[in-house]
Amino acid sequence: MGDSHLNPLEYDFIGARERTEAKRKSAGEKLTSLEDAVARVKDGDHVSVGGCLFSRTPMALMREILRHRRRGLTLSRNLTCNEGEMFMAAGAVSRVVTAWMSIGLPWGVSKILRHYVESGAVALEEWSHLALGLRFRAGAMGVPFLPALTMLGSDLVGVGGLKTVQDPYTGETLAAVPALFPDVAVLHVHRADRFGNCQIDGYPHMDADIARAATTVLVTTEEIMSEEETRRYPDRTVIPGFVVDALVHVPFGSFPHECYALYEADYDHFAEYTAAIDARGPSAVGEYLERYVYGPPAWSDYLDLFGGERLALQAKRAKELTR
Amino acid sequence: MTFNASELLAVIAARQLHDDTTVFAGVGVPLLAAALAKRRHAPRLTMVIEGGIIGPQIAPGRLPVSTNEMRAGHRATMLPGITDAFLFAQRGFVDVGFMGGAQIDQYGNINTSVLGADYWKPKVRLPGTGGANDIASLCREVIIVTAHEKRRFVERVDFVTSPAWLRGDGSRRAAGLRFGGVSRVVTTLGILGFDPDSKRMRIEATHPGVSTDTVRQNTGFALLEAPRVEVTEPPSDDELAMLRALDPERRFLGT
Repeated sequence: MGDSHLNPLEYDFIGARERTEAKRKSAGEKLTSLEDAVARVKDGDHVSVGGCLFSRTPMALMREILRHRRRGLTLSRNLTCNEGEMFMAAGAVSRVVTAWMSIGLPWGVSKILRHYVESGAVALEEWSHLALGLRFRAGAMGVPFLPALTMLGSDLVGVGGLKTVQDPYTGETLAAVPALFPDVAVLHVHRADRFGNCQIDGYPHMDADIARAATTVLVTTEEIMSEEETRRYPDRTVIPGFVVDALVHVPFGSFPHECYALYEADYDHFAEYTAAIDARGPSAVGEYLERYVYGPPAWSDYLDLFGGERLALQAKRAKELTR
Repeated sequence: MTFNASELLAVIAARQLHDDTTVFAGVGVPLLAAALAKRRHAPRLTMVIEGGIIGPQIAPGRLPVSTNEMRAGHRATMLPGITDAFLFAQRGFVDVGFMGGAQIDQYGNINTSVLGADYWKPKVRLPGTGGANDIASLCREVIIVTAHEKRRFVERVDFVTSPAWLRGDGSRRAAGLRFGGVSRVVTTLGILGFDPDSKRMRIEATHPGVSTDTVRQNTGFALLEAPRVEVTEPPSDDELAMLRALDPERRFLGT
Protein backbone atom coordinates (compact mmCIF):
# COMPACT_ATOMS: atom_id res chain seq x y z
CA MET A 1 0.00 0.00 0.00
CA GLY A 2 2.96 2.36 0.42
CA ASP A 3 3.82 4.58 3.32
CA SER A 4 1.31 6.32 5.47
CA HIS A 5 1.59 10.08 5.50
CA LEU A 6 0.91 10.62 9.19
CA ASN A 7 3.21 13.39 10.33
CA PRO A 8 4.60 12.81 13.89
CA LEU A 9 4.51 16.56 14.53
CA GLU A 10 0.72 16.37 14.33
CA TYR A 11 0.44 14.32 17.53
CA ASP A 12 3.41 15.84 19.39
CA PHE A 13 1.45 16.85 22.49
CA ILE A 14 4.54 18.15 24.28
CA GLY A 15 5.49 20.49 21.45
CA ALA A 16 1.88 21.64 21.10
CA ARG A 17 1.67 22.35 24.80
CA GLU A 18 4.94 24.32 24.71
CA ARG A 19 3.70 26.45 21.81
CA THR A 20 0.47 27.22 23.64
CA GLU A 21 2.30 28.00 26.91
CA ALA A 22 4.59 30.41 25.06
CA LYS A 23 1.70 32.12 23.30
CA ARG A 24 0.12 35.44 24.25
CA LYS A 25 -3.32 34.60 25.63
CA SER A 26 -5.03 37.93 25.66
CA ALA A 27 -8.50 38.99 26.78
CA GLY A 28 -7.92 42.10 24.66
CA GLU A 29 -8.98 43.32 21.25
CA LYS A 30 -8.89 40.72 18.43
CA LEU A 31 -10.66 42.57 15.63
CA THR A 32 -8.58 42.98 12.52
CA SER A 33 -8.70 42.67 8.72
CA LEU A 34 -8.74 39.46 6.66
CA GLU A 35 -5.35 40.39 5.25
CA ASP A 36 -3.78 40.86 8.68
CA ALA A 37 -5.38 37.67 10.06
CA VAL A 38 -4.14 35.51 7.19
CA ALA A 39 -0.60 36.92 7.34
CA ARG A 40 -0.20 34.43 10.23
CA VAL A 41 -0.44 31.48 7.81
CA LYS A 42 2.95 30.28 6.52
CA ASP A 43 3.94 28.08 3.59
CA GLY A 44 3.88 24.42 4.64
CA ASP A 45 1.47 24.95 7.56
CA HIS A 46 -1.16 22.44 8.59
CA VAL A 47 -4.46 24.32 8.37
CA SER A 48 -7.60 22.81 9.92
CA VAL A 49 -10.88 24.08 8.56
CA GLY A 50 -14.08 24.47 10.59
CA GLY A 51 -17.63 23.79 9.51
CA CYS A 52 -18.48 20.69 7.51
CA LEU A 53 -18.84 20.22 3.75
CA PHE A 54 -20.89 23.25 2.59
CA SER A 55 -21.96 24.23 6.09
CA ARG A 56 -20.27 27.16 7.89
CA THR A 57 -17.09 26.95 5.78
CA PRO A 58 -14.70 29.86 6.59
CA MET A 59 -14.74 30.82 2.92
CA ALA A 60 -13.53 34.42 3.35
CA LEU A 61 -10.45 33.23 5.27
CA MET A 62 -9.76 30.47 2.76
CA ARG A 63 -10.10 32.88 -0.15
CA GLU A 64 -7.64 35.20 1.54
CA ILE A 65 -5.13 32.34 2.06
CA LEU A 66 -5.32 31.66 -1.67
CA ARG A 67 -4.86 35.38 -2.42
CA HIS A 68 -1.70 35.25 -0.28
CA ARG A 69 -0.49 32.47 -2.63
CA ARG A 70 0.54 30.12 0.15
CA ARG A 71 2.17 26.84 -0.94
CA GLY A 72 2.72 23.31 0.43
CA LEU A 73 -0.16 23.46 2.89
CA THR A 74 -1.83 20.49 4.52
CA LEU A 75 -5.58 20.97 4.82
CA SER A 76 -7.63 18.94 7.26
CA ARG A 77 -11.40 18.95 7.38
CA ASN A 78 -13.89 16.21 8.21
CA LEU A 79 -15.85 16.53 4.95
CA THR A 80 -14.12 18.54 2.23
CA CYS A 81 -16.12 20.45 -0.37
CA ASN A 82 -15.19 22.69 -3.32
CA GLU A 83 -12.95 24.88 -1.14
CA GLY A 84 -10.59 21.88 -1.19
CA GLU A 85 -10.85 21.76 -4.98
CA MET A 86 -9.88 25.43 -5.15
CA PHE A 87 -6.78 24.77 -3.02
CA MET A 88 -5.82 21.82 -5.23
CA ALA A 89 -6.26 23.78 -8.47
CA ALA A 90 -4.34 26.76 -7.04
CA GLY A 91 -1.38 24.51 -6.21
CA ALA A 92 -1.65 25.60 -2.57
CA VAL A 93 -2.11 22.18 -0.96
CA SER A 94 0.05 19.05 -1.08
CA ARG A 95 -1.91 16.90 1.37
CA VAL A 96 -5.58 16.75 2.33
CA VAL A 97 -6.62 14.96 5.52
CA THR A 98 -10.33 14.16 5.37
CA ALA A 99 -13.06 11.52 5.63
CA TRP A 100 -14.82 12.44 2.38
CA MET A 101 -14.43 14.84 -0.49
CA SER A 102 -16.86 16.04 -3.21
CA ILE A 103 -19.60 18.69 -3.10
CA GLY A 104 -22.49 16.36 -2.32
CA LEU A 105 -24.64 13.56 -3.72
CA PRO A 106 -26.48 15.57 -6.43
CA TRP A 107 -23.21 16.84 -7.90
CA GLY A 108 -21.49 13.45 -8.19
CA VAL A 109 -17.93 12.34 -7.47
CA SER A 110 -15.60 15.34 -7.65
CA LYS A 111 -13.70 15.39 -10.93
CA ILE A 112 -11.14 17.71 -9.33
CA LEU A 113 -10.52 15.25 -6.50
CA ARG A 114 -10.06 12.53 -9.11
CA HIS A 115 -7.71 14.63 -11.27
CA TYR A 116 -5.33 15.69 -8.50
CA VAL A 117 -5.34 12.50 -6.42
CA GLU A 118 -5.24 9.92 -9.22
CA SER A 119 -2.22 11.70 -10.74
CA GLY A 120 -0.47 11.67 -7.36
CA ALA A 121 -0.20 15.48 -7.30
CA VAL A 122 -2.06 15.69 -3.98
CA ALA A 123 -2.04 13.02 -1.24
CA LEU A 124 -5.46 12.32 0.23
CA GLU A 125 -5.08 10.87 3.72
CA GLU A 126 -8.41 9.35 4.65
CA TRP A 127 -9.64 8.91 8.23
CA SER A 128 -13.10 7.88 9.31
CA HIS A 129 -15.40 10.74 10.26
CA LEU A 130 -15.36 9.88 13.96
CA ALA A 131 -11.61 9.19 13.95
CA LEU A 132 -10.94 12.65 12.54
CA GLY A 133 -13.30 14.13 15.13
CA LEU A 134 -11.39 12.29 17.85
CA ARG A 135 -8.08 13.52 16.41
CA PHE A 136 -9.28 17.09 16.95
CA ARG A 137 -10.71 16.19 20.37
CA ALA A 138 -7.45 14.59 21.51
CA GLY A 139 -5.75 17.79 20.34
CA ALA A 140 -8.28 19.85 22.29
CA MET A 141 -7.58 17.71 25.36
CA GLY A 142 -3.81 17.99 25.02
CA VAL A 143 -3.24 14.22 24.92
CA PRO A 144 -1.35 12.26 22.22
CA PHE A 145 -4.19 9.86 21.38
CA LEU A 146 -7.66 8.71 22.35
CA PRO A 147 -8.75 5.08 22.57
CA ALA A 148 -11.68 4.23 20.31
CA LEU A 149 -13.58 1.29 18.84
CA THR A 150 -13.70 2.58 15.28
CA MET A 151 -11.58 2.17 12.10
CA LEU A 152 -10.17 -1.16 13.34
CA GLY A 153 -9.66 -3.95 10.79
CA SER A 154 -10.19 -1.70 7.75
CA ASP A 155 -7.63 -0.67 5.14
CA LEU A 156 -7.89 2.90 6.45
CA VAL A 157 -5.55 1.74 9.23
CA GLY A 158 -2.61 1.53 6.81
CA VAL A 159 -3.46 4.83 5.07
CA GLY A 160 -3.37 7.01 8.14
CA GLY A 161 -0.85 4.93 10.07
CA LEU A 162 -3.34 4.24 12.86
CA LYS A 163 -1.88 2.17 15.68
CA THR A 164 -3.70 0.00 18.18
CA VAL A 165 -3.24 -0.21 21.91
CA GLN A 166 -4.06 -2.95 24.37
CA ASP A 167 -6.46 -1.85 27.08
CA PRO A 168 -4.44 -2.21 30.34
CA TYR A 169 -7.65 -3.14 32.20
CA THR A 170 -9.46 -5.65 29.97
CA GLY A 171 -6.76 -6.62 27.49
CA GLU A 172 -8.99 -5.66 24.53
CA THR A 173 -7.52 -4.20 21.33
CA LEU A 174 -8.43 -0.53 20.84
CA ALA A 175 -7.70 2.02 18.14
CA ALA A 176 -5.23 4.62 19.43
CA VAL A 177 -6.47 7.57 17.41
CA PRO A 178 -3.62 10.09 17.24
CA ALA A 179 -4.14 13.72 18.20
CA LEU A 180 -4.07 16.39 15.54
CA PHE A 181 -2.51 19.67 16.64
CA PRO A 182 -2.78 21.92 13.56
CA ASP A 183 -0.64 25.02 13.11
CA VAL A 184 -3.67 27.10 12.23
CA ALA A 185 -7.43 26.81 12.68
CA VAL A 186 -9.71 28.78 10.36
CA LEU A 187 -13.30 29.07 11.57
CA HIS A 188 -16.49 30.96 10.80
CA VAL A 189 -19.03 31.63 13.59
CA HIS A 190 -22.39 33.34 13.96
CA ARG A 191 -21.43 35.83 16.66
CA ALA A 192 -18.38 37.03 18.53
CA ASP A 193 -17.50 39.99 20.69
CA ARG A 194 -14.39 41.99 19.79
CA PHE A 195 -12.33 39.99 22.29
CA GLY A 196 -12.98 36.77 20.37
CA ASN A 197 -15.58 35.10 22.58
CA CYS A 198 -17.55 33.08 20.00
CA GLN A 199 -21.10 31.74 19.71
CA ILE A 200 -22.32 29.23 17.14
CA ASP A 201 -25.98 28.53 16.29
CA GLY A 202 -27.30 25.22 14.96
CA TYR A 203 -24.77 22.56 14.08
CA PRO A 204 -21.64 22.86 16.24
CA HIS A 205 -19.59 20.62 13.89
CA MET A 206 -16.01 20.25 15.22
CA ASP A 207 -15.10 23.93 15.54
CA ALA A 208 -14.71 24.13 19.32
CA ASP A 209 -12.31 21.16 19.36
CA ILE A 210 -10.34 22.47 16.36
CA ALA A 211 -9.92 25.86 18.06
CA ARG A 212 -8.41 24.29 21.19
CA ALA A 213 -6.21 21.90 19.23
CA ALA A 214 -4.58 24.57 17.03
CA THR A 215 -1.62 26.81 17.80
CA THR A 216 -3.06 29.83 15.97
CA VAL A 217 -6.80 30.50 15.67
CA LEU A 218 -8.33 32.76 13.01
CA VAL A 219 -12.07 33.45 13.15
CA THR A 220 -14.56 35.30 10.98
CA THR A 221 -17.96 36.20 12.37
CA GLU A 222 -21.30 37.11 10.85
CA GLU A 223 -22.02 39.54 13.65
CA ILE A 224 -20.13 41.45 16.32
CA MET A 225 -21.92 41.34 19.66
CA SER A 226 -21.34 43.53 22.67
CA GLU A 227 -19.34 42.43 25.69
CA GLU A 228 -22.61 42.84 27.62
CA GLU A 229 -24.27 40.18 25.46
CA THR A 230 -21.39 37.76 26.02
CA ARG A 231 -21.64 38.24 29.76
CA ARG A 232 -25.42 37.90 29.77
CA TYR A 233 -25.27 34.51 27.96
CA PRO A 234 -21.89 32.98 28.90
CA ASP A 235 -23.39 29.49 28.43
CA ARG A 236 -23.54 30.25 24.70
CA THR A 237 -19.78 30.84 24.37
CA VAL A 238 -18.12 27.82 22.70
CA ILE A 239 -14.68 29.34 22.08
CA PRO A 240 -13.22 31.67 24.73
CA GLY A 241 -11.48 34.86 23.67
CA PHE A 242 -8.01 33.91 24.93
CA VAL A 243 -7.92 31.04 22.41
CA VAL A 244 -8.51 33.39 19.46
CA ASP A 245 -5.66 35.25 17.76
CA ALA A 246 -7.50 37.21 15.09
CA LEU A 247 -11.15 38.00 14.52
CA VAL A 248 -12.67 39.54 11.40
CA HIS A 249 -16.23 40.77 10.94
CA VAL A 250 -17.39 39.18 7.65
CA PRO A 251 -21.14 38.97 6.98
CA PHE A 252 -21.91 36.17 4.49
CA GLY A 253 -18.41 34.89 5.31
CA SER A 254 -19.29 31.31 4.24
CA PHE A 255 -20.99 32.11 0.96
CA PRO A 256 -21.77 30.27 -1.36
CA HIS A 257 -21.85 27.74 1.49
CA GLU A 258 -24.53 27.91 4.19
CA CYS A 259 -24.60 29.44 7.64
CA TYR A 260 -27.28 27.85 9.82
CA ALA A 261 -30.48 29.92 9.97
CA LEU A 262 -28.77 32.89 8.25
CA TYR A 263 -28.41 31.82 4.61
CA GLU A 264 -28.75 28.68 2.54
CA ALA A 265 -25.96 27.33 0.32
CA ASP A 266 -26.25 28.42 -3.31
CA TYR A 267 -27.03 25.13 -5.10
CA ASP A 268 -27.39 26.93 -8.44
CA HIS A 269 -23.84 28.19 -8.03
CA PHE A 270 -22.62 24.61 -7.38
CA ALA A 271 -24.46 23.49 -10.52
CA GLU A 272 -22.80 26.21 -12.63
CA TYR A 273 -19.41 25.42 -11.14
CA THR A 274 -19.66 21.66 -11.79
CA ALA A 275 -21.13 22.25 -15.28
CA ALA A 276 -18.05 24.32 -16.14
CA ILE A 277 -15.79 21.49 -14.92
CA ASP A 278 -17.82 18.95 -16.92
CA ALA A 279 -17.39 21.11 -20.02
CA ARG A 280 -13.79 22.27 -19.71
CA GLY A 281 -12.11 19.98 -17.19
CA PRO A 282 -9.91 21.10 -14.27
CA SER A 283 -8.96 24.35 -16.04
CA ALA A 284 -12.49 25.54 -15.21
CA VAL A 285 -11.41 25.80 -11.57
CA GLY A 286 -8.48 27.98 -12.65
CA GLU A 287 -10.96 30.30 -14.37
CA TYR A 288 -13.13 30.22 -11.26
CA LEU A 289 -10.15 31.25 -9.11
CA GLU A 290 -9.44 34.22 -11.40
CA ARG A 291 -13.04 35.36 -11.26
CA TYR A 292 -13.87 34.74 -7.59
CA VAL A 293 -10.53 34.70 -5.73
CA TYR A 294 -7.72 36.63 -7.42
CA GLY A 295 -9.94 39.20 -9.18
CA PRO A 296 -12.17 40.85 -6.58
CA PRO A 297 -9.89 42.54 -4.01
CA ALA A 298 -12.26 42.72 -1.03
CA TRP A 299 -14.86 40.25 0.27
CA SER A 300 -17.56 42.82 -0.53
CA ASP A 301 -16.37 42.86 -4.16
CA TYR A 302 -16.60 39.07 -4.14
CA LEU A 303 -20.17 39.16 -2.78
CA ASP A 304 -21.09 41.68 -5.51
CA LEU A 305 -20.47 38.91 -8.06
CA PHE A 306 -23.45 37.07 -6.55
CA GLY A 307 -25.51 40.23 -6.07
CA GLY A 308 -27.64 41.49 -3.19
CA GLU A 309 -30.80 39.93 -4.56
CA ARG A 310 -29.28 36.44 -4.51
CA LEU A 311 -27.93 36.93 -0.97
CA ALA A 312 -31.32 38.17 0.24
CA LEU A 313 -33.05 35.17 -1.34
CA GLN A 314 -30.64 32.72 0.31
CA ALA A 315 -31.22 34.46 3.66
CA LYS A 316 -34.98 34.20 3.23
CA ARG A 317 -34.70 30.47 2.44
CA ALA A 318 -32.62 29.81 5.54
CA LYS A 319 -35.26 31.46 7.72
CA GLU A 320 -37.94 29.27 6.16
CA LEU A 321 -35.87 26.10 6.61
CA THR A 322 -35.18 26.72 10.30
CA ARG A 323 -38.53 28.12 11.32
CA MET B 1 -49.09 0.16 -8.47
CA THR B 2 -45.86 -0.19 -10.40
CA PHE B 3 -42.62 1.00 -8.81
CA ASN B 4 -39.00 1.64 -9.72
CA ALA B 5 -35.80 0.20 -8.20
CA SER B 6 -35.28 3.05 -5.71
CA GLU B 7 -38.85 2.75 -4.46
CA LEU B 8 -38.46 -1.00 -4.04
CA LEU B 9 -35.22 -0.53 -2.08
CA ALA B 10 -36.69 2.16 0.18
CA VAL B 11 -39.81 0.15 1.00
CA ILE B 12 -37.99 -3.13 1.70
CA ALA B 13 -35.36 -1.30 3.74
CA ALA B 14 -38.03 0.52 5.76
CA ARG B 15 -39.54 -2.82 6.76
CA GLN B 16 -36.26 -3.83 8.39
CA LEU B 17 -36.67 -1.12 11.04
CA HIS B 18 -38.63 -1.72 14.22
CA ASP B 19 -40.41 0.59 16.63
CA ASP B 20 -38.64 1.76 19.80
CA THR B 21 -35.21 1.61 18.17
CA THR B 22 -32.62 4.02 16.81
CA VAL B 23 -31.14 4.18 13.31
CA PHE B 24 -28.08 5.90 11.84
CA ALA B 25 -29.10 6.85 8.30
CA GLY B 26 -27.23 8.52 5.47
CA VAL B 27 -28.88 10.86 2.94
CA GLY B 28 -30.69 9.45 -0.06
CA VAL B 29 -32.59 6.17 -0.08
CA PRO B 30 -31.49 5.12 3.46
CA LEU B 31 -32.91 8.31 4.98
CA LEU B 32 -36.10 7.98 2.94
CA ALA B 33 -36.48 4.41 4.19
CA ALA B 34 -36.03 5.51 7.81
CA ALA B 35 -38.50 8.37 7.35
CA LEU B 36 -41.02 5.97 5.80
CA ALA B 37 -40.64 3.49 8.67
CA LYS B 38 -41.19 6.26 11.21
CA ARG B 39 -44.35 7.49 9.48
CA ARG B 40 -45.78 4.05 8.79
CA HIS B 41 -44.98 1.48 11.46
CA ALA B 42 -42.28 2.79 13.80
CA PRO B 43 -43.43 6.14 15.27
CA ARG B 44 -41.00 5.81 18.20
CA LEU B 45 -37.99 5.31 15.93
CA THR B 46 -35.22 7.89 16.42
CA MET B 47 -33.03 8.88 13.50
CA VAL B 48 -29.43 9.86 14.07
CA ILE B 49 -27.75 11.72 11.23
CA GLU B 50 -24.03 12.02 10.67
CA GLY B 51 -24.04 15.83 10.64
CA GLY B 52 -24.53 15.70 14.40
CA ILE B 53 -28.31 15.50 14.45
CA ILE B 54 -30.67 13.49 16.66
CA GLY B 55 -34.41 13.02 16.15
CA PRO B 56 -35.10 15.10 13.03
CA GLN B 57 -38.56 15.02 11.44
CA ILE B 58 -37.80 14.80 7.76
CA ALA B 59 -40.28 17.09 6.05
CA PRO B 60 -41.93 16.02 2.76
CA GLY B 61 -40.34 17.91 -0.12
CA ARG B 62 -37.49 19.02 2.10
CA LEU B 63 -35.16 16.05 1.87
CA PRO B 64 -31.57 16.96 2.72
CA VAL B 65 -28.88 16.54 0.05
CA SER B 66 -26.12 16.38 2.66
CA THR B 67 -26.05 15.17 6.27
CA ASN B 68 -25.16 18.61 7.58
CA GLU B 69 -27.31 21.06 5.70
CA MET B 70 -30.29 22.76 7.38
CA ARG B 71 -32.93 20.34 6.02
CA ALA B 72 -31.22 17.39 7.75
CA GLY B 73 -31.91 18.86 11.18
CA HIS B 74 -35.55 19.82 10.63
CA ARG B 75 -37.31 19.89 14.01
CA ALA B 76 -34.51 17.80 15.57
CA THR B 77 -34.46 17.12 19.32
CA MET B 78 -30.69 17.58 19.76
CA LEU B 79 -27.71 18.87 17.79
CA PRO B 80 -24.77 17.35 19.68
CA GLY B 81 -22.13 17.84 16.98
CA ILE B 82 -20.62 15.24 14.70
CA THR B 83 -18.12 13.60 17.04
CA ASP B 84 -20.68 13.16 19.80
CA ALA B 85 -23.34 11.82 17.42
CA PHE B 86 -20.94 9.00 16.53
CA LEU B 87 -20.03 8.49 20.18
CA PHE B 88 -23.68 7.60 20.89
CA ALA B 89 -23.11 4.72 18.45
CA GLN B 90 -19.79 3.77 20.08
CA ARG B 91 -21.58 3.67 23.44
CA GLY B 92 -24.15 1.21 22.02
CA PHE B 93 -27.16 3.50 21.65
CA VAL B 94 -27.62 2.97 17.90
CA ASP B 95 -29.42 -0.22 16.91
CA VAL B 96 -29.20 -0.11 13.14
CA GLY B 97 -26.86 1.54 10.67
CA PHE B 98 -28.20 2.03 7.16
CA MET B 99 -25.51 2.21 4.47
CA GLY B 100 -25.18 2.28 0.71
CA GLY B 101 -22.21 0.72 -1.05
CA ALA B 102 -20.05 1.35 -4.11
CA GLN B 103 -18.31 -2.03 -4.10
CA ILE B 104 -19.19 -4.90 -1.74
CA ASP B 105 -17.55 -8.30 -1.26
CA GLN B 106 -18.71 -11.77 -0.17
CA TYR B 107 -18.07 -10.93 3.51
CA GLY B 108 -20.06 -7.67 3.29
CA ASN B 109 -17.02 -5.38 3.36
CA ILE B 110 -17.56 -2.12 1.50
CA ASN B 111 -15.23 0.01 -0.59
CA THR B 112 -16.03 3.69 -1.13
CA SER B 113 -12.39 4.87 -1.25
CA VAL B 114 -10.36 3.79 -4.28
CA LEU B 115 -10.45 1.44 -7.27
CA GLY B 116 -7.06 0.00 -8.20
CA ALA B 117 -4.19 -1.49 -6.23
CA ASP B 118 -2.23 1.63 -5.16
CA TYR B 119 -4.14 3.74 -2.63
CA TRP B 120 -1.88 6.76 -3.14
CA LYS B 121 -2.19 6.63 -6.94
CA PRO B 122 -5.57 5.02 -7.54
CA LYS B 123 -7.17 4.17 -10.86
CA VAL B 124 -10.35 5.81 -9.59
CA ARG B 125 -10.56 7.98 -6.52
CA LEU B 126 -13.99 7.80 -4.84
CA PRO B 127 -15.18 10.34 -2.23
CA GLY B 128 -14.18 8.20 0.79
CA THR B 129 -15.64 6.80 3.98
CA GLY B 130 -17.37 9.78 5.49
CA GLY B 131 -19.03 8.13 8.47
CA ALA B 132 -19.54 4.76 6.76
CA ASN B 133 -16.56 3.13 8.46
CA ASP B 134 -17.82 4.32 11.87
CA ILE B 135 -21.37 3.11 11.22
CA ALA B 136 -20.00 -0.29 10.11
CA SER B 137 -17.80 -0.48 13.20
CA LEU B 138 -20.10 0.85 15.91
CA CYS B 139 -23.82 0.16 15.29
CA ARG B 140 -25.40 -2.93 16.84
CA GLU B 141 -26.35 -4.10 13.38
CA VAL B 142 -25.72 -2.80 9.86
CA ILE B 143 -28.04 -3.08 6.89
CA ILE B 144 -26.66 -2.30 3.45
CA VAL B 145 -29.05 -0.92 0.84
CA THR B 146 -27.82 -1.10 -2.75
CA ALA B 147 -28.64 -1.75 -6.38
CA HIS B 148 -27.77 -5.34 -7.30
CA GLU B 149 -25.15 -5.21 -10.07
CA LYS B 150 -22.35 -7.63 -10.91
CA ARG B 151 -19.74 -4.84 -10.96
CA ARG B 152 -20.71 -3.89 -7.39
CA PHE B 153 -20.76 -7.43 -5.94
CA VAL B 154 -17.12 -8.50 -6.26
CA GLU B 155 -15.21 -11.39 -4.70
CA ARG B 156 -12.66 -9.06 -3.08
CA VAL B 157 -13.01 -5.30 -2.72
CA ASP B 158 -9.95 -3.31 -3.81
CA PHE B 159 -9.94 -1.55 -0.45
CA VAL B 160 -11.86 -2.22 2.77
CA THR B 161 -13.29 1.18 3.70
CA SER B 162 -16.05 -0.16 5.95
CA PRO B 163 -15.48 -3.50 7.67
CA ALA B 164 -18.18 -6.14 7.86
CA TRP B 165 -16.95 -9.69 8.46
CA LEU B 166 -13.47 -8.94 7.00
CA ARG B 167 -12.21 -12.39 5.91
CA GLY B 168 -14.78 -14.43 7.89
CA ASP B 169 -13.56 -16.90 10.54
CA GLY B 170 -13.69 -14.52 13.51
CA SER B 171 -11.44 -11.97 11.79
CA ARG B 172 -13.78 -9.10 12.73
CA ARG B 173 -13.51 -9.98 16.40
CA ALA B 174 -9.75 -10.52 16.11
CA ALA B 175 -9.31 -7.00 14.69
CA GLY B 176 -10.83 -5.60 17.88
CA LEU B 177 -14.33 -5.04 16.49
CA ARG B 178 -16.25 -6.47 19.43
CA PHE B 179 -19.71 -5.42 18.32
CA GLY B 180 -22.07 -5.27 15.37
CA GLY B 181 -21.45 -6.33 11.81
CA VAL B 182 -23.54 -6.45 8.66
CA SER B 183 -26.68 -8.55 9.10
CA ARG B 184 -28.45 -8.01 5.76
CA VAL B 185 -27.96 -6.58 2.30
CA VAL B 186 -31.19 -5.27 0.80
CA THR B 187 -30.86 -5.15 -2.97
CA THR B 188 -33.00 -4.60 -6.04
CA LEU B 189 -33.18 -8.40 -6.48
CA GLY B 190 -33.74 -9.64 -2.94
CA ILE B 191 -32.36 -9.80 0.58
CA LEU B 192 -28.96 -11.32 1.29
CA GLY B 193 -27.65 -12.41 4.66
CA PHE B 194 -24.58 -14.21 5.96
CA ASP B 195 -23.92 -17.83 6.83
CA PRO B 196 -23.66 -17.91 10.64
CA ASP B 197 -20.40 -19.90 10.58
CA SER B 198 -18.42 -18.90 7.51
CA LYS B 199 -19.88 -15.34 7.36
CA ARG B 200 -20.09 -15.67 3.59
CA MET B 201 -22.99 -13.97 1.84
CA ARG B 202 -26.10 -16.02 1.13
CA ILE B 203 -29.49 -15.53 -0.51
CA GLU B 204 -32.25 -15.24 2.09
CA ALA B 205 -35.10 -13.85 0.02
CA THR B 206 -35.86 -12.85 -3.54
CA HIS B 207 -38.30 -10.22 -4.74
CA PRO B 208 -41.40 -11.54 -6.56
CA GLY B 209 -40.53 -12.76 -10.07
CA VAL B 210 -36.79 -12.91 -9.38
CA SER B 211 -35.14 -16.35 -9.42
CA THR B 212 -32.12 -17.31 -7.34
CA ASP B 213 -30.35 -17.88 -10.68
CA THR B 214 -30.91 -14.24 -11.61
CA VAL B 215 -29.43 -13.19 -8.26
CA ARG B 216 -26.37 -15.37 -8.90
CA GLN B 217 -25.95 -14.09 -12.46
CA ASN B 218 -25.79 -10.56 -11.11
CA THR B 219 -23.23 -11.36 -8.41
CA GLY B 220 -19.46 -11.57 -8.98
CA PHE B 221 -18.87 -14.38 -6.48
CA ALA B 222 -20.47 -17.68 -5.47
CA LEU B 223 -23.47 -17.04 -3.21
CA LEU B 224 -24.59 -19.50 -0.56
CA GLU B 225 -28.28 -20.09 0.02
CA ALA B 226 -30.28 -20.01 3.25
CA PRO B 227 -32.01 -23.30 4.15
CA ARG B 228 -35.29 -21.67 3.11
CA VAL B 229 -35.34 -18.83 0.59
CA GLU B 230 -38.34 -16.55 1.15
CA VAL B 231 -40.12 -14.37 -1.36
CA THR B 232 -40.62 -10.76 -0.27
CA GLU B 233 -43.98 -9.03 -0.28
CA PRO B 234 -44.04 -6.43 -3.05
CA PRO B 235 -44.41 -2.78 -1.96
CA SER B 236 -48.04 -2.07 -1.18
CA ASP B 237 -49.96 0.89 -2.62
CA ASP B 238 -50.05 2.35 0.84
CA GLU B 239 -46.27 2.12 1.31
CA LEU B 240 -45.62 3.59 -2.12
CA ALA B 241 -48.03 6.46 -1.58
CA MET B 242 -46.39 7.40 1.74
CA LEU B 243 -42.92 7.11 0.25
CA ARG B 244 -43.77 9.25 -2.77
CA ALA B 245 -45.28 11.89 -0.52
CA LEU B 246 -41.89 12.22 1.19
CA ASP B 247 -40.07 12.93 -2.08
CA PRO B 248 -42.51 14.76 -4.35
CA GLU B 249 -39.60 16.27 -6.29
CA ARG B 250 -38.29 12.73 -6.99
CA ARG B 251 -34.90 13.90 -5.77
CA PHE B 252 -33.84 10.44 -4.59
CA LEU B 253 -36.62 8.23 -5.92
CA GLY B 254 -35.74 9.09 -9.53
CA THR B 255 -37.99 8.59 -12.53
